[in-house]
Amino acid sequence: MSARPAPLWLTAGVVPLVNVAVAFLAAGLVIALIGENPLEALQIMLRGALGSQYGLGYTLYYTTSFIFTGLAVAVAFHAGHFNIGGEGQALMGGLGAALVALSLPFLPWPILLPLCVLGAALAGAAWVLIPAYLQAYRGSHIVITTIMFNFLAATLLVYLLVGPMKMAGSMAPETAKFVPGATLPLMNQMAAWFGLTLTRTPLNLSFVFAILAAITVWVLIWRTRLGYAIRTVGANPDAAVYAGISPARITVIALLISGGLAGLMATNEILGVQGRLINEFTAGAGFVGIAVALMGRGHPFGIVLAALLFGVLYQGGAELAFDKPKITREMIIVIQGFVILFAGALEMMFADRIAALYQRFAGQPVSA
Amino acid sequence: MIPPAIQMTGIDKRFGAVHANRAVDLTVTKGTVHGLIGENGAGKSTLMSILYGFYAADAGSIAINGKPSLIRTSADAIHSGIGMVHQHFMLVETFTVVENVMLGAEGGMFTARGAAAVRSKLLELSQAYGMDVDPDAVVSDLAVGELQRVEILKALVKGADILILDEPTAVLTPTEVDNLFVLLRRLASEGKTVIIVTHKLKEIMAVTDRVSVMRRGEMVGTVETAGTSPADLAELMVGRRVVLTVEKGPARPGEVVLAVEDLCVRDARGTLRLDHVSLSVKAGEIVGIAGVSGNGQSELLEAIAGIRKPSSGRVSLKGEALDCGGTDDPRTLRAKGLRHVPEDRHRMGLVKPFAAAESAMLGCSDEERFGKGLFLDRDLVMADCAAKMAAFDVRPADPGLRTALFSGGNQQKIVLAREIERDPQLLLIGQPTRGVDIGAIEFIHKRIIALRDAGKAILLVSTELDEVLALSDRVLVMCGGKITGERLPDQTNEQDMGLLMAGVTSEQPKEAA
Ligand SMILES: Nc1ncnc2c1ncn2[C@@H]1O[C@H](COP(=O)(O)OP(=O)(O)OP(=O)(O)O)[C@@H](O)[C@H]1O
Ligand SMILES: [Mg+2]
Repeated sequence: MSARPAPLWLTAGVVPLVNVAVAFLAAGLVIALIGENPLEALQIMLRGALGSQYGLGYTLYYTTSFIFTGLAVAVAFHAGHFNIGGEGQALMGGLGAALVALSLPFLPWPILLPLCVLGAALAGAAWVLIPAYLQAYRGSHIVITTIMFNFLAATLLVYLLVGPMKMAGSMAPETAKFVPGATLPLMNQMAAWFGLTLTRTPLNLSFVFAILAAITVWVLIWRTRLGYAIRTVGANPDAAVYAGISPARITVIALLISGGLAGLMATNEILGVQGRLINEFTAGAGFVGIAVALMGRGHPFGIVLAALLFGVLYQGGAELAFDKPKITREMIIVIQGFVILFAGALEMMFADRIAALYQRFAGQPVSA
Repeated sequence: MIPPAIQMTGIDKRFGAVHANRAVDLTVTKGTVHGLIGENGAGKSTLMSILYGFYAADAGSIAINGKPSLIRTSADAIHSGIGMVHQHFMLVETFTVVENVMLGAEGGMFTARGAAAVRSKLLELSQAYGMDVDPDAVVSDLAVGELQRVEILKALVKGADILILDEPTAVLTPTEVDNLFVLLRRLASEGKTVIIVTHKLKEIMAVTDRVSVMRRGEMVGTVETAGTSPADLAELMVGRRVVLTVEKGPARPGEVVLAVEDLCVRDARGTLRLDHVSLSVKAGEIVGIAGVSGNGQSELLEAIAGIRKPSSGRVSLKGEALDCGGTDDPRTLRAKGLRHVPEDRHRMGLVKPFAAAESAMLGCSDEERFGKGLFLDRDLVMADCAAKMAAFDVRPADPGLRTALFSGGNQQKIVLAREIERDPQLLLIGQPTRGVDIGAIEFIHKRIIALRDAGKAILLVSTELDEVLALSDRVLVMCGGKITGERLPDQTNEQDMGLLMAGVTSEQPKEAA
């Protein structure tokens, strides 16, 4: 036995579960207040999100985006920075993928597709370069600059989609369709290659990318020299300087990785589902990523779980709004808000009490 | 009979596998200064934290002035008349003294009334105990000794009858220490009770009435100070005889390893912090720098280590000119054989939230021995740290434990192990034994001398005059960013050094620059 404070299963398992339970309790209260049965609502939500191939497909499709944006926030966070520009970086990721797809349609897919994915990552990274530089070398706060860059990205995309990149003859702000070699296969298509039949949902190959990205981030942060440098800068910049690690350089690198991960979110929506660049395709995933990263405590495994929870909330919530006219789309946002509040912002509210309880029953002291 | 001010009985506290306090009893008589000593990790801070309500004991009871007291939080402790002066001052830098003392006692929505009350109380107390502190001075302008007085006043204003001081002298100058002790004696004679935790036996002998000694979580004894000696106390603490003097043979200096010429450093505001300093350190030699802290020693070490860019001057290592803080950053300098034990381990030397093993590779994370290519091999990192912990007797020897959870002295050993074990050509050491127990001091001093005898060059900065004189082969004294004199340790005395440290040069004034 070692002298670690509280076991991991407690801090990383029980505590978040209690938080989520409290969030659902609060949400249930609101649902009861508007005269619906909370238990029934919960049932509809869970069944809608997990009870069918169709629902599960959608849930995992949402999860995919949230994993990317959650990882993006987490990597920056480990370097001590709060990148809230995931939204803009993801939009630019879409632009990057589209530029590759539309300008090199003649390439065979084994070359074109990886280039599109790379384009998404590079464009997302490029979009954070200026805020990162300003933070690292000029001290301009990253929160402010990335917010501004979110607006810039949104405006730029609108300009491009109604102007230079608009598909001729279309009324909608969107580009032409990509060639098939520039799109990711849907999960049901891939299943068909193995002779399996799955319901058609937007779930696509990028889900696998997201899981790979989570594993890669874990290796990066805890098993590489760069990850060590990132964590040192995040935890004690003076010690980093002493060690010969340049906080400015590491800040830029970590934020570029963060932006790249956010950019990869576009692989899900643009390369996986749309097959063309459309406006506002991120639908707030960049911001959900903040909650996901907080709730997952910056740990890739936690982020995957938190992203799944938000996937369930999105898909189950949509079903609920569909089934119960009294529970509107806005109501669902309230429920998501509770989860963010209890699991993200107030994540430590019950931690001490749970630890104390554990101490009582395990007969072993737990320190804060 | 007056009941004892503090009676702790059967206090027990575990942190996981670490049994920090085992059935500890402590009785402190009212109106005395009581010392608490023991090796690093013996459980002194834990015991005091329990008394002050930071930790809850697993078992045991506390009675204050004969009254059983349940101390669960610091608020309970303050209510029972207990005040604590932390080693790391808990003051708001931008506030004035009054504002700091008021914290937690603002007295309503508007602060004017509370401020007036606190001000009069402050003046009354500082007069009663002879502490002169300007109530309107901004805290960031105060010297360390004054900060400590503010902390003490803060406790007294809150009505403390019992004062706990955990290693209060580590950062003070000798005069500040003397002043503190005068104050503590005066507090005791006015009926207050003082507990002082320290590693310095000299101080215990100077200021306490009684001493309690802890070893490995247990209370091994309480003795009258008048009836004991440093050597006896050391033996009680460590469980064996400790050599309190440093044994070293004559130095055999070789070629010059470090040469510093006319080095100047300016701070962010442009103030000259290091003023044309020149010095050299030869292989097989320990050069000590004595001086009151804040007189340019930190800047000197940081400039040579590549952390701070000098504004002018030259530094060379084994004849090779260095561009410190430029192309020669701490990383490249390490590759050239320069190692550095920073003065402030918490600020620079360690990363507190990291596992000990990760702190133990700070600055060396690029080295091949920790993994291949871009990757770190966790097993290698852990094994390396375990070896260092064994070599330096770090307790608990658990490389996975968070750095912040080690006691101060053990943290210092981790830093020393990291820097000394790497076979440096030049070792810069700032405050090698700050907060370290005597057993460990003996050990660290031996290691430093062994390093010298192995032909390494060592530049040592310490505010402990005794330590500088005992370890160094040559002593330089710094004051106001300048070197005010050089002495051989056996050809000087405290008075001579004191004058140099105050900037009085006994040599003929050099012709004006
Ligand atoms: N919060 C904690 N969690 C786990 N272990 C702890 C914690 N606090 C202290 N310890 C361990 O308890 C033991 C006693 O620590 P403590 O700080 O009381 O020692 P100390 O006598 O004050 O030492 P030093 O002289 O170095 O300050 C040490 O082994 C330390 O590592
Ligand atoms: Mg201590």
